Amino acid sequence: MNMKQNSFSIPGISWKKFQSLIAILLLSAILAIMTDNFLTADNLWNVLRQISVNVCISVGLTLVILTAGIDLSVGSVLALAGAVTAGVLKNGIGIPVLNIYLEFSLFGAILSGLFVATALGAVNGLAVTRFNVPSFIATLAMLTIARGLTMLWTGGFPVTGLGDSFAFIGTGWLLGVPMPVWITVFVVAFGMILTNKTKLGKYIYAIGGNEKAAYLSGINVKKVKMIVYSLGGLMAGIGGMIVTARLDSAQPNAGLTYELDAIAAVVIGGTSLYGGRGTIIGTVLGALLIGVLNNGLVLLNVSPFWQQVIKGLVILLAVILDRLQAEDDE
Amino acid sequence: MDTQSQPKTILEAKNVSKSFGGPLVLKNVDFQIRPGRVTALIGENGAGKSTLMKILSGVYSDYSGEVWFDGKPITFDNPKHAKETGISIILQELNVLPNLTIAENIFLGREPENRWGFIDRPKLNQDSKQYLQKLNLSVSPDTKVSTLKVAQQQLVEIAGALSYDAKVLIMDEPTSALSDQESGLLFEIIREYKNRGGAVVYISHKLEELFKVSDEIVVMRDGKIVDSGETQSFTRDRIIRGMVGKETGKDFKKAEATIGSEVFRVEDFELELKRTTGNCVLRNINFTIHKGEVVGIFGLMGAGRTELLEGLFGAFPKESSGKIFVEEVERQIHSVQKAIAAGLALVPEDRKTQGIIPGMSITKNLTLASSVNESQGVFVKEKEERATTKKFIDRLGIVTTSPEMQISKLSGGNQQKVVISKWLNTSPKVLFLDEPTRGIDVNAKSEVYELINELAAEGKGILLVSSELPEILTLSDRILVLANGTITANLLREEATKEKIMHVAIPST
Repeated sequence: MNMKQNSFSIPGISWKKFQSLIAILLLSAILAIMTDNFLTADNLWNVLRQISVNVCISVGLTLVILTAGIDLSVGSVLALAGAVTAGVLKNGIGIPVLNIYLEFSLFGAILSGLFVATALGAVNGLAVTRFNVPSFIATLAMLTIARGLTMLWTGGFPVTGLGDSFAFIGTGWLLGVPMPVWITVFVVAFGMILTNKTKLGKYIYAIGGNEKAAYLSGINVKKVKMIVYSLGGLMAGIGGMIVTARLDSAQPNAGLTYELDAIAAVVIGGTSLYGGRGTIIGTVLGALLIGVLNNGLVLLNVSPFWQQVIKGLVILLAVILDRLQAEDDE
Repeated sequence: MDTQSQPKTILEAKNVSKSFGGPLVLKNVDFQIRPGRVTALIGENGAGKSTLMKILSGVYSDYSGEVWFDGKPITFDNPKHAKETGISIILQELNVLPNLTIAENIFLGREPENRWGFIDRPKLNQDSKQYLQKLNLSVSPDTKVSTLKVAQQQLVEIAGALSYDAKVLIMDEPTSALSDQESGLLFEIIREYKNRGGAVVYISHKLEELFKVSDEIVVMRDGKIVDSGETQSFTRDRIIRGMVGKETGKDFKKAEATIGSEVFRVEDFELELKRTTGNCVLRNINFTIHKGEVVGIFGLMGAGRTELLEGLFGAFPKESSGKIFVEEVERQIHSVQKAIAAGLALVPEDRKTQGIIPGMSITKNLTLASSVNESQGVFVKEKEERATTKKFIDRLGIVTTSPEMQISKLSGGNQQKVVISKWLNTSPKVLFLDEPTRGIDVNAKSEVYELINELAAEGKGILLVSSELPEILTLSDRILVLANGTITANLLREEATKEKIMHVAIPST
């Protein structure tokens, strides 16, 4: 056991990456044989489009989890970001006291949504760094706060009819690739560069690996965490744009329980919930595995109830493997 | 040692040796504990006292030699087994659960049940009361432990030990968090327990206490028992002689120091840290370091050595105050980043918890502190980092197959060299070295010594903290002694002796 794991710890390549890749390939092979339509271009694009939102959220969440934190608020933040963008795009903002009415361009509307999402992430970061609230609690609070704000903003009703150019983000194709996939590719590339190539990325791993040592090495731990939680919010906001544009409607209930799928993707991807260990590419593969699994279970006509059970078991298995490796590392 | 006339032993270590993978920390130790007697155990930090006690109380089970209890050899599977056999240990750090009541703490895991299978609270409290009375603790047993004073919490622990019908009570520095009055009460209790036939092992650095409370004294050094006998036959000098030993200087030669201009000065530094294990207060800290000078700081466990270094390094900006000058320019050090920018570096005491990021590579660990300078851009300069790492691997002789190897896979000595490299790479003017040779083997140790020589020769100022007296004496040009929250001596290399240092290092009570 030990020997085997050691032989896998070639720098830069984690055996876990292969683990989910192998699982995806195996699963795909099985589905290709057992179903007629799994291995069709339509279906495969479909899978990618479906996982795009989860990948965006999960990339941000990976950063947070790498610092040994957690962000449970991503689903609600996603909903609020979508609602803000949809709201200002459609109605603008009136500020009666100042007798001002603001209209938003498409770009301005998207920026507003992303800004709100980033700000809520920053509030999470503030609670964690300045007030020492455990991230689990701080972001749990934000989960309900952001959901409540979404309800207040929309009055509990969907905001629909957002125009073709906005809908293009969710449903359009560019150079033969769906727009959500393009966006996801950019988010993933950003995450990979951040974690692999930048000093900030190095600090994120250092803080998750040993916060005290990182602090004594002169890393501004609070600042790094602030950035990480803000990015977590931003990525959820980007997910919110995709969801809203695809439905051409901001649903007040959008993103419910998305945090669970995101955590699942991160964990299956081999990122340790104890921080310091994990990769963006692992998370992408984790999300892909969940996506293929979901798709396959539907194609195989497995009952939705069983689908949930199977998904849960896959997550459990992934965490058990994570624990086994953590024990070997010690 | 007239052991014949004494009662037979209740607990005994016979020819016990122990290592943690490296050199032996206990070497063929024979140690007897007798009913109705208090045995004081004293020795420098790292002499092996705690290791021996942990073997006798079932914490470590992988040792060579035998442990005998009540005339029969015994192997404790775990601390619980030892406790049930009648051996209780009370550690320096309290082991109570503050959110539970006194009674719940005393009977943790053995709560009496009523016929419904629930906890029988009336009986629980009644039984607890009986032990509290023995200890003169007049508090209701259903008081939450968190509301008690530290001394009272300690009594709760002792009550727990008594409730196990402990025949042997081991106390590791029990008075470190107690006031004089509280200590007095504790001694009273120890005496009473002893008179009822209990055996006590009492570990403390406070010599006055040992004379007050013990019947016999055992002195340890370098994993061996070097002196023992009736307490009356001991003097303060005899204990200190035993602790520091006679053998001097290893084969290491300190280079002739060329001491230059002032590189570091601290004025009126104060630090006040509140901690559950007792507060750390430092006052009136004033000293200077010159270029090329190695200034050693010696202090016993709990003297605040590490806190002092971390405080000077900007790690406690809210809890500390004072003026710091680097090359005679005052620097405001309100954060670790500022300290690094001012030219300070700190190789921390505990490599595992403060020095390394275990999951990261050698390269990433080594370049961590030097990269925090924000003027150097956003991206990691991989080429540069690799070159830097290679340079230090060669310079310090770090043994590894690849710079990309995970640091936790290296030996302790090589890990330490990476941590030192990390700080050398920030081009510091002053290096704080906190126990730089702790837990590394002899060879790595002498390499670190050589390195300290070299760095001093380069003109860096070095502040060396060590709990090993020989190390301090060998390496330092000047020695500061930390005790009672301040610097109690400033000795030149020529005038420093082990005895002199130990006399000022032992806190006065």
